[in-house]
Amino acid sequence: MNSTNYAFISNYAVYSAIVLFTVAFFAHAIEVAFSLRNSGDKTKFDFTRTKRSGDLGTVMIVLAFLCLLVGVVSRGISAERVPWGNMYEFSITGALAFTGAYIFALWKYKIRWLGLPVSISVLLTLGTAITVLYVPSAPLVPALKSAWLVIHVSAAIISGGVFLLANCIAATYLILDRYEENSGRPVWALKLPSLEALDQLSYRLVALVFPLWTFSVIAGAIWAEAAWGRYWGWDPKETWAFITWVAYAAYLHARVTVGWRGRKAAWLCLFAGSTFLFNYVYVNIWGTGKHTYSGL
Amino acid sequence: MSINTELDARSSLRWLWRQLTSMRTALILLLLLGVAAIPGSLFPQRTQNPLAVSDYFKSNPGTAKFLDQLQIFDVYSSPWFSSIYILLFVSLIGCVLPRSFEHAKGARAKPSLTPKNLNRMEFHAELSTGSLDSAEAWLKKRHFRIRRDANSISAEKGFMRETGNLVFHLSLILILVGVALGSLFGMKGDAIINVGERFINTPTSYDVISFGKLQTEKNLNPFSITATNFKATYDLVTGAPSDYKLSANVANEVGTTEESKVVRVNSPLTFGSTKVYLQANGYSPLVTVRDKSGEIKYQGAVIFLPQDGNLTSTGAIKVPDMQPQVGFIGSFTPTYERAEGGGAISSYPEVLDPRLLLSIWTGDLGVDSGIPQSVYRLNTSEMQRIGLKTLKLNETHDFGDGSITFEGWTPWVNLQIVSDPGKIYALLGAIFAILGLLMSLFTRSRRIWVKADINKSGVEVAGLAKNAAPGLENEIASLVKGMKG
Repeated sequence: MNSTNYAFISNYAVYSAIVLFTVAFFAHAIEVAFSLRNSGDKTKFDFTRTKRSGDLGTVMIVLAFLCLLVGVVSRGISAERVPWGNMYEFSITGALAFTGAYIFALWKYKIRWLGLPVSISVLLTLGTAITVLYVPSAPLVPALKSAWLVIHVSAAIISGGVFLLANCIAATYLILDRYEENSGRPVWALKLPSLEALDQLSYRLVALVFPLWTFSVIAGAIWAEAAWGRYWGWDPKETWAFITWVAYAAYLHARVTVGWRGRKAAWLCLFAGSTFLFNYVYVNIWGTGKHTYSGL
Repeated sequence: MSINTELDARSSLRWLWRQLTSMRTALILLLLLGVAAIPGSLFPQRTQNPLAVSDYFKSNPGTAKFLDQLQIFDVYSSPWFSSIYILLFVSLIGCVLPRSFEHAKGARAKPSLTPKNLNRMEFHAELSTGSLDSAEAWLKKRHFRIRRDANSISAEKGFMRETGNLVFHLSLILILVGVALGSLFGMKGDAIINVGERFINTPTSYDVISFGKLQTEKNLNPFSITATNFKATYDLVTGAPSDYKLSANVANEVGTTEESKVVRVNSPLTFGSTKVYLQANGYSPLVTVRDKSGEIKYQGAVIFLPQDGNLTSTGAIKVPDMQPQVGFIGSFTPTYERAEGGGAISSYPEVLDPRLLLSIWTGDLGVDSGIPQSVYRLNTSEMQRIGLKTLKLNETHDFGDGSITFEGWTPWVNLQIVSDPGKIYALLGAIFAILGLLMSLFTRSRRIWVKADINKSGVEVAGLAKNAAPGLENEIASLVKGMKG
């Protein structure tokens, strides 16, 4: 097979993944909307009615993950390099990392309730990727030809996936917190974990991946030293990576040392995550500096 | 009276110090540092893009002046940005150093005494059987630090959590030291050389050069680089570059035997703590200018600056030795194509069908006035345009007062030469920071107490995990099981 074949397979796999994520999205939506079995007893709740729909959602997400994996790998083969050369490729790999983080957390922490927000976010990311960001597969510009591309970018993408997952959880925390303060949780949210568990879970994810993010920034600095002659130059991308690092460092300190819990911690977590997103979207598209490459 | 004020002054200083080194202040400073870094990414910075700054001044003079007073164009060297990180580091040092001493002392000390009421702890169990000895054996096997008293055991594990934490913060200080050393003792410069030419590392060889505050030009390494060949490879379809390769003969010091080396974008040349990077490239057309009598008045490669991805390049050729003086504003297209609405543009970055487009001027070049001027631009205020011409390779154009011949081209490269003696410390700091961080975040710190009850038979077991780290419940269950078995 030649590179055009692989490029074709990649596109086909990404489109298939989108279809599977769409099915997963509907399956999880049905699971959430109709889960309560009407038992007549107002004190005991039975959420088993749509369990199968949820199972279907999980299966679809795992299949979609595999499809996306094929899409990313064959994109790499077609271009004869790691598939991290432009924003289309960052987006599909980011979606892959995010889904991977979800599947890992699903296995480790039993968080299937996140299936709905996860499938929505991935659909949005992939949708933007294929419509706005798509560029044909092509070789890398010389500055990107380095082993550090693999190391630096993979660490950044994985960190990003987990940060965004923590953001989803923090956002859920804030929504449920608002409900509990006013009128109590609505029916669909009754089976979600307690506020305390959500708080703890988003902290754990951040603490898990913060060293990886630190590593990614440092790996970037080492690469910048080799390619551009300085390890730190306050390039917009570097600046925002620094801001993200500082924000998560503040979050960890606030939780561990000052003892912030709950609402304040969740807002800080959301803020830190949004600096990451801002860096990805703003600096890549509208920004100037050395991290902006031709054609997105 | 004076004693009182002195006491007041001293106690308020102490109060200030305590405030500065408190965690809350550190947290605020940390967030402030993040926020303060933002404007530097939204507005152009002088250190990175001086052209964009002057453009900003041209398009919004009023706002630019105001912003400049706030040092918005030099954020990262501004007093307000510096004061935030200096305060943060003072706060960090004030917090971390005492803790380090404390921790070092703690390393030799035994765990603290067993508290009186164990049933207040998060995990608590009472057993009817089991002895302190069996508990001690179990804890020892798992490398707990143990304090054995007459009828109780106080054990702790996870000492490395605090060690890692301290290593991480001390490493940040090391990184700052590295950054400071770099800015005090470093140097940075750019030089454009044509292929075939030799660069000797002296201040006059540079187009731009800047030294750290405590560095002088005497400390430049005495090396020389002769560019022998430059090869750029491009994608045939998109014209995007895929590889740049500079071959050079290098001597350290100048005059000693030369060695041939290859420089690429991601692999610089190294001379001690000085590195030479390949940063940009372009073309220098080779021209010969003759006067009416045919005498050569100018001959050589003139560096033109690229204007687009296909290396359409512009520059100026100045011939001050002619009477009257002659200047050319030139545009070099490596692969010629007619542009829409006249003019020419390059359609591919390699030289396939080169053209040299010239507008010819006579008059006063202004080079004798003593005011420094750009070698890439012609100051035409005292000159008159006498013609336009597009030259093919080896073509000669007679413009009346003389002639110009387009004889060929040579590539040029922009070498960036950097010396940063502090970066090794920054790198070491970064490596230790990561190790400390991993050690701190993945070590669970917990205490376990076992107490024999004098009045009853059996023992009490209790535990406490720092930061509610998971897993202690299982550990205590396993200890209880071990004591029974």
